[in-house]
Amino acid sequence: MTRRGRQGLVAWLFALPFVIVFGVFMLVPLVSSFVMSFTDFTSRDMVSPLAIEFVGLDQYAALFSNPQFVRSMVNTAYFVVVGIPLTMIVALALALALNSGIDRFRTTFRVGFYTPVVTSIVAVAVVWRFMLQSDGLLNTVLGWVGISGPDWLNSTTWAMPAMILMAAWRNMGTLMIIFLAGLQTIPAEFKEAASVDGANLWQRFTQITLPLLRPTLLLGAVLLSVGYLQFFEEPFVMTQGGPLDSTLSVSYFTYNQFGFGLYGYASAASYVLFVAIALLSLVQFRALRAKD
Amino acid sequence: MTGSEDTAGPVDRRGKAEPEGERRPSVEGAASRGRLVTYAVLVVAVAATLMPFVWMVLGSFKSQGEILRNPSGFLPQDPTGENYSTWFTDLNIESFFINSLIVALFTVLGNLLFCSMVGYALAKMDFPGKRFLFLLVMVTLMVPGVVTFVPLFVMISRLGLVNTHAALFLPFLAAPLGVFLMRQFMLGIPDALLEAARIDGAGEFRIFLGIVLPLCGPPLATLGILTFLTSWNNFLWPLVAAQSEERYTLPVALSLFSTGQNATDYGLLLAGSVLVITPIIALFVILQRFFIQSVAATGIK
Repeated sequence: MTRRGRQGLVAWLFALPFVIVFGVFMLVPLVSSFVMSFTDFTSRDMVSPLAIEFVGLDQYAALFSNPQFVRSMVNTAYFVVVGIPLTMIVALALALALNSGIDRFRTTFRVGFYTPVVTSIVAVAVVWRFMLQSDGLLNTVLGWVGISGPDWLNSTTWAMPAMILMAAWRNMGTLMIIFLAGLQTIPAEFKEAASVDGANLWQRFTQITLPLLRPTLLLGAVLLSVGYLQFFEEPFVMTQGGPLDSTLSVSYFTYNQFGFGLYGYASAASYVLFVAIALLSLVQFRALRAKD
Repeated sequence: MTGSEDTAGPVDRRGKAEPEGERRPSVEGAASRGRLVTYAVLVVAVAATLMPFVWMVLGSFKSQGEILRNPSGFLPQDPTGENYSTWFTDLNIESFFINSLIVALFTVLGNLLFCSMVGYALAKMDFPGKRFLFLLVMVTLMVPGVVTFVPLFVMISRLGLVNTHAALFLPFLAAPLGVFLMRQFMLGIPDALLEAARIDGAGEFRIFLGIVLPLCGPPLATLGILTFLTSWNNFLWPLVAAQSEERYTLPVALSLFSTGQNATDYGLLLAGSVLVITPIIALFVILQRFFIQSVAATGIK
């Protein structure tokens, strides 16, 4: 055997354990989910798989004529469109503050802002439900400044903002670290030169920091949108999708269909989400590359 | 915009006209005032961020009666450890802890081994199908969890693995992100180092174990930490795959208690929450430097 051929064989041996696990638990499910989305597979067919029939695009047609699925798409869009800018602005503000030349307690602050990221959603959901009660901590604090807060989780208007607030709290730490790393690549001389030329703080931010940080910001937006489009855990542990489906997301809808045993239907819904994520990522990567 | 430029201009010119010695203190004074404001904002922000945790700990020492009487009271009036003792005596939290630990350890070991091996092949060897394999791994980074969820469950049931530890960690043994991390780092290892060993007659497995892995401390630490964290907090899959109490992980147990008949027993649930997050927060505070590096590493590269 040639040296090249031998190396190819050895390389595949190195890749083999990963390829087996990845193939069995990722690629096979990925393909079978795609195939299932064109069938009428339900949990009853587990014992008699021969009864499964191909139904073409029927599942997809059924999805888009289901008002509950359409509602879940609108909810997911709401969560993404409000949640991403909010999380990014908060994370950027924190990163700028930590990068503004303060030297003491930087680590303490970083650890503090990052702590929500490492904690289990189930555990923090307990305390958030408690704080968001109509007579809970949040409304008590709002009361100090004369605002009478709503019964957050039982209001069709306010349950979603509460989910968004919680998601921003849980995700701002990750973005803050990424933005901080991006800010540290901007040479200090740029800002010094600008301030010698008489640029004020706001001008330096909009005309130097933001353009130079653009690739980092877009990367943050991509990471966040892949996560936020799959929005599931917050409503699952806080509201069970309610009240009246006001926090039901596409992932949650899919999970429910799986629970009902409608496997073909659930697969179709999950592929709609996959396509949405792939399209949005593609658009964002294009924007990222265009500016490089 | 023009207005602010006008005001900034004259101030700067005046500053330049003045002798150096007089100008400095005022500039430094302004800078330190700005710094004080920054500190004040940061302290308020970090206090708000950590408030849920403070609230969680304080609430866990309150009795059910006190919580119902005064849901927004701050300090426990009559602190009690009863909530914690219930978790240890009646609810058997140790067994959930052990399940979480078993699953996390297998997941971490699998990822460290499999991802570094395939990472080495992708970074340092030529083989047919290499570009395709890497592309495939990258594409699956975007696959939402619910897509593979249904077939995975069907597969695990067919294999007769429902309600075993293996069902909880098998699907997570080789994460695409880990392959990406290991490959990126290994690309930076100089080829000359490996060529020298090859000329000396060392086989690829010896080079991998003796030269490459010892250099891979940082990405292995990153991967280990991220994987442990994800596994420890993983919730949806174990909720479906673990179907009896002896297989529950900590988040599953807490979630089932908090939606069942104990849904309003906040003191007990808050104590449970404290017990679930304490190990990971302790680990985070000890290893915070690596945690933060690991996020920066996945984000920037």
